[in-house]
Amino acid sequence: MRQESPVGKGPATRWRKPRFMPSMSAGGWHGLALISPPFAYSLLMLAAPLLLVFLLSMWTQNYLDLDRTFTMANYREAASEKLYQVLMIRSVVISVIVTIVTVLLAYPIAYYIAFYGGKRKAMWLLLITIPFWTSYLIRVFLWKVILGYNGVLNGSLIGMGFIEEPLTFILYNANAVVITLAHAWAPFAILPIFVSISRIDTSLLEAARDLGDGPLRRFLRVTLPLSMPGVVAATLIVFIPTVGDYVTPRLLGGTDGLMIANMIQIQFGKANNAPLGSALAVSAMVIVASISITFVLLNRRFLRAKG
Amino acid sequence: MSSRPPKSLLTYAVLYLIFLYAPVILLPLFAFNDSAIIALPLSGFTFHWFGLLWDTKALHEALYNSLLIAVVTAIGSTTLGIFAARAAARYEFPGKRGIVGFIMVPLVLPEIIVGVALIVVLIQLGLSLSAWTVIIGHVLICTPFSIAILQSAFNNMDRSLEEASMDLGESKIGTFFRVILPLVTPGIISSLLISFTISLDEFIIAFFLTGTDVTLPVYIWGQLRFPARLPAIMALGFLMVSLSFFLLLTAEYFRRRANRLTGNHTRSDNGIFQ
Repeated sequence: MRQESPVGKGPATRWRKPRFMPSMSAGGWHGLALISPPFAYSLLMLAAPLLLVFLLSMWTQNYLDLDRTFTMANYREAASEKLYQVLMIRSVVISVIVTIVTVLLAYPIAYYIAFYGGKRKAMWLLLITIPFWTSYLIRVFLWKVILGYNGVLNGSLIGMGFIEEPLTFILYNANAVVITLAHAWAPFAILPIFVSISRIDTSLLEAARDLGDGPLRRFLRVTLPLSMPGVVAATLIVFIPTVGDYVTPRLLGGTDGLMIANMIQIQFGKANNAPLGSALAVSAMVIVASISITFVLLNRRFLRAKG
Repeated sequence: MSSRPPKSLLTYAVLYLIFLYAPVILLPLFAFNDSAIIALPLSGFTFHWFGLLWDTKALHEALYNSLLIAVVTAIGSTTLGIFAARAAARYEFPGKRGIVGFIMVPLVLPEIIVGVALIVVLIQLGLSLSAWTVIIGHVLICTPFSIAILQSAFNNMDRSLEEASMDLGESKIGTFFRVILPLVTPGIISSLLISFTISLDEFIIAFFLTGTDVTLPVYIWGQLRFPARLPAIMALGFLMVSLSFFLLLTAEYFRRRANRLTGNHTRSDNGIFQ
């Protein structure tokens, strides 16, 4: 059998390793060698391109030529132009609403499966994921069919006599985007919350009950704080990608529901202003990252304060 | 906890499932509906839209491109995933958390950013867009999923089997191919299927990087603008759901088998030796 680390035993200790070489076992080198192809791929195809996006965002486009002198003009434009401001703020606001709605709707389901799923937990989880095995584009389009003026929802509501005129506030605006995204990201919120609720030691809940806590206090003081890691994970998993969603705002958002990804695409496409598009993309990434980090820190502080 | 849920919670669970299934249920309804308009009430049953798919040549080309891209992506991301997962599961090395974390980054990056980043590089390098550029992007976003699946397969593997093989004189490479690989094969198949499915359905990166080799989602995106084409798209969607349903069930079967294969070994070995 191979020994993990021959270094540090016997005469080998006399040999002093040069400073720049960290002490590492043979296994360490094997590990590094093994991980280097995927790591190199990520460096080459992700880190380098992102760096280039960053550089490009500080260059300027003159029709077909690229002016490589550094300037913050694109960022100034991104920050001052009303349209970009509106789109950026709207993207963040819609994303925040989607995240809150998705996580709030998901929590009871995760709670239900974790505590009452019994032997059928796996079946419940499968039931929740099946609808998402449809093409994303087609799923989003089907929401258009449901929410439309002559859509399935209006048709059914009129048919059942609940309303007389079709509802118009549910398509081609931010509401439609929120509904559709809250649907699209449901399983990504349910799964992490489910995992963290399942991990809760039920004897803690019994202890709380024995000490006289009612169901509500038990939930607020035991279950909820202990499931917070899942809620935080769900929040980030939903929030980060939805800010950059392209398909849903384009198909369902109308003009009042367009988001920043749509503008980024326009800059790279029709507008032929890749530097400005890059500046918008970098700004979006920075905003998303800072909101996410703030959220995590605040949450950590909150939990610590609760003890 | 008590095994009987409060009524309100059960009602909520049912309503939530209706919300989740609302769009998918419409798909077969409209795929077989004998009407050019996607709206209720349904008129009659037809296979016409499926026949139309059969006759649309542009669709076949898009399907061919998508399948090609998905197959290459699945192989590429699973190969990279095997390297990373084996390294992460078996070895300790400096910067491990950072490196693995970095490879997993595409999981939390909006896909449009990946698309933008790659197109910027391709334009700067003056490369033309093709199926290969889409593959580059898809491998990037599928690798984290492959790693997640394969890491659990490698983690569950009983290390003593590997050691036994080395003790019996098998070389490192021989051990890898004759002992380790067969044990994680179910995980590999599961990873291949998942990456294949993700690639087949991915739209935004393909939209940015596709050039003239249009993929299936990009083709669908183009069709969504024409109301007359929609019933056929519903039929196509129905076929795709059926396919991914089948693929993911197969992936799930292999994932469970992987857990059984590797997991049972550990358990029974413990049973014998302890």
